[in-house]
Amino acid sequence: MRTNPIETADRENSSRIGVYVCRCGLNIARTVDCEKVARNISGMENVLISKEITYACSEPGQMEIKDDIREHGLNRIVVASCSPRLHEPTFRRMMLQADLNPYMLEMANLREQCSWVHMQAPLDATEKAEDLVRMSVSRVHLLQPLYEETIPLVKKTLVIGGGVAGIQAALDLADNGYEVMLVEKSASIGGTMAQLDKTFPTMDCSI
Amino acid sequence: MADAGRHPKITLYTMSEVAGVSGYVGNFNVKIVKRSRFVDEKACTSCGECAKVCPVVFPDEFNMGLSSRKAVYIPFPQAVPSAYVINMNECMGRGCSKCLDACDKKCIHFHMSDEEIQIKVGSIVVATGLDPYDPREMDEYGYTRFENVITSLELERLINAGGPTRGELIRPKDRKHPQSIGFIQCVGSRSKRKGGQYCSNICCMNTVKNSLVLKEHDPDMEIMVFYTDIRAFGKGFEDLYTRSRSQGVQYVRGLPGSVEEMSDGSMRVAVENTATGCIEFHDLDMLVLSIGMKPSSGTRKLQEMLGLQLTSDGFFLEAHPKLQPVDSATRGIFYAGCAEGPKDIKESVTQGSASAARAIRLMHKGVVTTEPITSEIIEEHCKSCGKCAEVCPYNAITVDVKKKTPAVVNSAACAGCGTCAAECVFNAIVMNHFTDDQILSQVDTLLAQKAEEKILTFACNWCSYAGADFAGVSRLQYPANVRLIRTMCSGRVDEKFIWHAFENGAPVVLVSGCHIGDCHYIDANHWTEKRIARVRKKMEKKGIRPERLQLAWISAAEGVRFARVMTEMEALRRTVTREEIQETIALLNSRENHENAEL
Repeated sequence: MRTNPIETADRENSSRIGVYVCRCGLNIARTVDCEKVARNISGMENVLISKEITYACSEPGQMEIKDDIREHGLNRIVVASCSPRLHEPTFRRMMLQADLNPYMLEMANLREQCSWVHMQAPLDATEKAEDLVRMSVSRVHLLQPLYEETIPLVKKTLVIGGGVAGIQAALDLADNGYEVMLVEKSASIGGTMAQLDKTFPTMDCSI
Repeated sequence: MADAGRHPKITLYTMSEVAGVSGYVGNFNVKIVKRSRFVDEKACTSCGECAKVCPVVFPDEFNMGLSSRKAVYIPFPQAVPSAYVINMNECMGRGCSKCLDACDKKCIHFHMSDEEIQIKVGSIVVATGLDPYDPREMDEYGYTRFENVITSLELERLINAGGPTRGELIRPKDRKHPQSIGFIQCVGSRSKRKGGQYCSNICCMNTVKNSLVLKEHDPDMEIMVFYTDIRAFGKGFEDLYTRSRSQGVQYVRGLPGSVEEMSDGSMRVAVENTATGCIEFHDLDMLVLSIGMKPSSGTRKLQEMLGLQLTSDGFFLEAHPKLQPVDSATRGIFYAGCAEGPKDIKESVTQGSASAARAIRLMHKGVVTTEPITSEIIEEHCKSCGKCAEVCPYNAITVDVKKKTPAVVNSAACAGCGTCAAECVFNAIVMNHFTDDQILSQVDTLLAQKAEEKILTFACNWCSYAGADFAGVSRLQYPANVRLIRTMCSGRVDEKFIWHAFENGAPVVLVSGCHIGDCHYIDANHWTEKRIARVRKKMEKKGIRPERLQLAWISAAEGVRFARVMTEMEALRRTVTREEIQETIALLNSRENHENAEL
């Protein structure tokens, strides 16, 4: 969040963008012409590298991106693959390993929001994929490095509900030395489990 | 249970409910309301002298009303804490006071009042469990009309050695030992009409288990199970099912169509056996409804309080169904047990341990790193109007309106919804990682070519973007001209983004977010709703069809709804002609200058 002056200077110098269009095996490539998307994007301003990649999230996939970052001095990365809700943390870690700010990354969602939902329209899907990557490229160009802050944390846990799940969670936490507040709305813990006679599959008592 | 009660690191708050939660990961402030027990739980030795003299008799909830208890009672003998409790709505109060005299330890206090407790915690485990399905709405099986139709939970108490009959199975109407008994499966489960559409997971195995317990009670008892499918998928389950069948329990594939009571109190069940295709009639002494489970009644309230998401079934929604099965989408909050979905004891225990491990993973370092996606004030632009402070759901912004000092953001409290930046008319707030420039550049690129064909959709990260992902995972097909722009919250969607889109040739714009009440940022989407209404009114005034701007609430679980809304948007887009778009562009370009002059 606090802008680091050195990196700002870097950004102003020039934007060096790498674009990786993930095939996700065939999950994306079956519908979207990834090669074509990568080719069309390569002509965009500030894009130094634009290529397809079989599994961006895999170790070799990340390796390839990191190697490119070092070799070509890339400072912004677009990964066009699956939902950022799935792999944004993965690629942010990759950015860190390549000594880039993890927030200089943008993902285009070519799987959940393109190839999987337009399976019958490969041409339209390819056109959409290209659009989505273009949007990501224009966005990544404007991204700013951000920095996490560290704040103190209270080493205590509130467990809401004193049934078998809540009791187990409370005991495991407490046995590990953490203080637990176990809140139960009725007059006793035990929950529904306490009402059961025997329990399957071992036919032992519940309490 | 007892271990949890005496563990030095565990503080037990029974008869308590969470009344409010504020703060953020690592630093949650929790308000607990502890209802009065009217008995000092530390001093009480559970001798039971008080209950002996209590003149008031009520049905015993623990035994499903099959036995009685007094107004002062212990829920069950092994209760933790081992202490009596008075239900003051039932107690005759000071006029009676018999229990006060009977208690040697003097631990009964009529004047005790509810307590409010404030605690600070770093993480929260939501383990609110389930409510058994109430079969009264499903009256075709006669639960409300016939005494000899009982629920599976009532049967549990009837065959329990600690239950009201000390484990002797009798049927309620005439207290006779039943010679035959029928189980009806899927009561309140897997039904589109009543109860839940989901499988409750435990009822099949619970019936298999009970059939074996009953055979232990009486090997000659005739037991029939009416089922849709028997789901015996877990470890050791199939063995148990095989054992049940080998002991003569009959499994009939088909749910009864009707249940009648015969003169001798037995139940006549008419059922189509779908294995043979024949209609069968069976006379059974007693019927047990294998009831499913519902989300616990407090789920909704807690969900709103903690800003969590629910599935369409009403259970809590996990952050990822496979990779983060006990994490909520809110950092520092975890799920365990049936709160997240129906499950058996083993799975509940597994999740309990898993959620503890996840909480420890978060807490062991003693510090937490905050996401830097927060808002910042540009002091020289700030006019100290106070709007940002008014809209912030976290009270993270302070402004002294009288002294006219610029607003200040507490970045630790800011959750990054961006509502403040969207509402600030002076462009004095930068929402990091979702700045005006960044979002407008996406809009520009999207509309650079074939703008008239595009459906521009703003989607919030937690609900509608996740709903779009869910549509993808479900392979639901929808028009390919939809383009999503992700924001953390729909509250971030600034009025100017919408105008900018129309001005650059967008035929339609959709703003989508969490349902009202489900907003990940407490109530930021209220501001979205107001803002969209405001923009639509302005559009109308300017002579632009307000329908071209749509607002839709789509939850993370509503993939089907997402796809449907997109199809509707496409139908709407087709009504917008090139001429109409050109007209709007011309209109906004001329008005824009006019408006800028006004500012």
